[in-house]
Amino acid sequence: MSETAAPAKGKSLKELDRAVVRFAGDSGDGMQLTGEQFTTESAWAGNDIATLPNFPAEIRAPAGTLFGVSSFQLQFGSQRVYTPGDRLDCLVAMNPAALKVHLRDLKPGGLLVVNTAAFDKRNLDKADYAANPLEESTLAERYRLHKVDMTALTYEAIKDLPLGAKEKDRTKNFFALGLVSWIYTRPLEPTLEWITKKFAKNASIAEANTRVLKAGHAYGETAEIFAEHYTIEPAEMAPGLYRAMTGNRALAWGILAAAQRSKIPVVYGAYPITPASDILHELALHKRFRVRTIQAEDEIAAVTAAIGAAFGGAIGVTGSSGPGIALKGEAIGLAVTAELPLVIFDIQRGGPSTGLPTKTEQADLMQALYGRNSESPVVVLAPATPGDCFYIAYEAVRVATKYMVPVMVLSDGFLANGSEPWLIPDPETLPPIEIGFRTESAGFFPYLRDPATLARPWVRPGTPGLEHRIGGIEKQDVTGNISYDPENHDHMVRTRAEKVRRVAQEIPPTTINGPATGDLLVVGWGGTYGAIMAAVERAQTEGRTVASIHLRYMNPLPPDLGQILREYRRVLVPEINSGQLVRVLRAEYLVDAVGFNRMRGLPLASEEILEAINQLVESPI
Amino acid sequence: MSAGGAEAKEAPKYTKKDFESDQDVRWCPGCGDYAILSAVQKTMPDLGIPKEDIVFISGIGCSSRFPYYMNTYGFHTIHGRAPAVATGLRLARPDLKVFIVTGDGDGLSIGGNHMLHVLRRNVNVTILLFNNRIYGLTKGQYSPTSELGKVTKSTPLGSADRPVSPLAFALGCGATFVARTVDRNIAHMEEMVRRAAHHKGAAFVEILQNCNVYNDLAWNVMYDKEQKLQYELRLEPGKPLLFGPQDDRRAVIMDGVRPKVVKAKDVAASALWVHDETNVNAAKLLADLFAPDFPVPIGVLAAVTGPVYEEIMLDQEQKAISERGPGDIAKLLTSGDTWRIS
Repeated sequence: MSETAAPAKGKSLKELDRAVVRFAGDSGDGMQLTGEQFTTESAWAGNDIATLPNFPAEIRAPAGTLFGVSSFQLQFGSQRVYTPGDRLDCLVAMNPAALKVHLRDLKPGGLLVVNTAAFDKRNLDKADYAANPLEESTLAERYRLHKVDMTALTYEAIKDLPLGAKEKDRTKNFFALGLVSWIYTRPLEPTLEWITKKFAKNASIAEANTRVLKAGHAYGETAEIFAEHYTIEPAEMAPGLYRAMTGNRALAWGILAAAQRSKIPVVYGAYPITPASDILHELALHKRFRVRTIQAEDEIAAVTAAIGAAFGGAIGVTGSSGPGIALKGEAIGLAVTAELPLVIFDIQRGGPSTGLPTKTEQADLMQALYGRNSESPVVVLAPATPGDCFYIAYEAVRVATKYMVPVMVLSDGFLANGSEPWLIPDPETLPPIEIGFRTESAGFFPYLRDPATLARPWVRPGTPGLEHRIGGIEKQDVTGNISYDPENHDHMVRTRAEKVRRVAQEIPPTTINGPATGDLLVVGWGGTYGAIMAAVERAQTEGRTVASIHLRYMNPLPPDLGQILREYRRVLVPEINSGQLVRVLRAEYLVDAVGFNRMRGLPLASEEILEAINQLVESPI
Repeated sequence: MSAGGAEAKEAPKYTKKDFESDQDVRWCPGCGDYAILSAVQKTMPDLGIPKEDIVFISGIGCSSRFPYYMNTYGFHTIHGRAPAVATGLRLARPDLKVFIVTGDGDGLSIGGNHMLHVLRRNVNVTILLFNNRIYGLTKGQYSPTSELGKVTKSTPLGSADRPVSPLAFALGCGATFVARTVDRNIAHMEEMVRRAAHHKGAAFVEILQNCNVYNDLAWNVMYDKEQKLQYELRLEPGKPLLFGPQDDRRAVIMDGVRPKVVKAKDVAASALWVHDETNVNAAKLLADLFAPDFPVPIGVLAAVTGPVYEEIMLDQEQKAISERGPGDIAKLLTSGDTWRIS
């Protein structure tokens, strides 16, 4: 199937079980595209994959600068790959700034491929290099350095094509892709197909990219400098049909699945914000599912439009990032007291305020749980992986409509943009979403409750005989009439909380990864799943009695959690915040849980979690 | 109508009483809101819409208690956000007739942005803005329509901000229907509510309303018999802009590009300014006229047709479905690049 299946003549082919590769360059160098294509090639090769795109917040950061560096990292392997990897086996640096920013992550002896053409005086100055590092001996001593004039080789490959210098220059990322594809024996077919499709209307550009990709590949094969290259066997993965899935797309598709299953329209209200905007873009493509997207005038309009839709009997959804969720707080409280279903996506990013718009963080847990005036509990769910976002979004709609309650989903920048090979589910196997609008007028009251869920009836305006008024003012239970009665308010506060608590009956038994009792339990939530799994598996291999659990229901917490926590001598809670879940666990269960906390705008590294595990296991109580 | 009211269903013969809810009305005695409530309830039977298809949405403020007193569907939301709630509702349920009840603080201060956008999008809603030039529910602070220098609890030495003209604002936002009426002019108010409710697109009605507790007689120019006679200008399509007592009729005419008041008898019939509701530019001039230099226009300033937001959105949806069929999640999941592992 592959053009690259056979080892090149005179070059040894070495088998690896995993590799971590990072493409880094200027934000104009097309590193995201290069990384995505390399990911697709690796998926074709049957490897398990995890990716980490990392790009500057500026749209067109000045070329060559340190803050303008954009990168894309992936780990691929023949076994389960949980994270994009901590340290790099291979770094491709397209300019001095990229080298400067990323070199520290390259393993000693790692493969370093640089585009020498970009190492001119101007770029060196911008990257704060006093002298050209390629001319010093240190790099070559520490790493397997390959200096390639990609720009010249690219020009040479397409010199006869009728393209301008700028257009020619833009294809050099495909030289890098071709070269690295050769190094790791990736099939070129998916990229060649992509080129054909993408540039169908521009034959010259298609031809240029094809030639440059193949030139990069041939360079690896024939140049004397590469003595060996690598192969990674396909991973043992559950059989079935797979696709690459990012978290934001998975959230959008989960909503589409819910729309189809529930047979009612969706109104998605959103205001553009990084890193949540792609959910709006994705949903706007799928009008055939009766998903109606509003690009609202602000965050508050986005959520209140969703609430208006829910009042009308549609699925109301809004999505944003932390700053937008802060603005939506009062309106979420309205949905709490009006007891309307509402789904809120929070794609967390570094903060406070504008913070780090394109970088990940897990610091909105407290905002999700408590970030509204007075007592306004909502259900909070958190996906563990990009693909899990699909199931979580669907579950959010199911729970919101069953309990007549707002449900907040805490995703993050890493899950949103990261992708994984995702086993495509059969939608028929998803649990049903049964929506029974009340139509019977006899005995109707707006706040009459279902005894099992405490949900009030959902009534579509337009239903004769059920005309009623609801609002943000406290209301008497059952009748829904305005009430300032002290005892009634106390009762209603407790009832709204109890309704959220009862969602616990939806939570399946917690999966424990490891022994049911032992020295240490790692408790995680959200996008740190992969890093925690990798660390815990290594600790287990090293002989420690360590287990982990990963929470997907943050409020209410799983009913079996308290019992599980007590089965271990120590509890470790790694989070990309200053200790939010750990505080909840300590308060809720009176356990001496310990946090592991880093806030760098990056996913946690499994190595550092492993270190924390080892330290805590060995430390005296 | 694809996204309009509920014309398909036959409405029963209603009376005003059918639209009165079982809740005690809790405005201050003497509040102008009582007259507005009565006028709206009286107008409802004329709409020919089943009452279960009517929704009143409000924000926060005295005016925003309105939905509780209407025996229709109603939603009393949060401060300033009613236009956004209504936009979402219309997109979900284009079969419903949606009213927004708001005030000068709710609609033009905290909710000014939403008011701008609901008008600009031309969402098919009827907006009733009760303008009493004061914050009543919070007990008497000046509002965005209060006159410059207004002395209130929060401005003991007089307010330093100039008032906004609701009509000029609405027209500036691209509203397709803009009218003004007065709480003490029952017949006119009913007529304006009826016309606004029948308009397709966002209809904006400013109702000059009296807060007898915190800003009594703010609109005395429209209440005092003598002043009203002097200043009220009834806008009627095809009729010239004439006002004032019979023995002292005056006209508003255009002097170049400036409105000007002259004695009616001094103007040739051909030089009179004849009201045309479809002339939005003229409406923008009318919106700024006020006593004492000019008369106070009441009536429909502008009524034009324009593309309706939710109609365009739902047409796109219908087109997508009719061209490619309804969405199928199983197909979507397996579309594009996939690979099989066996």
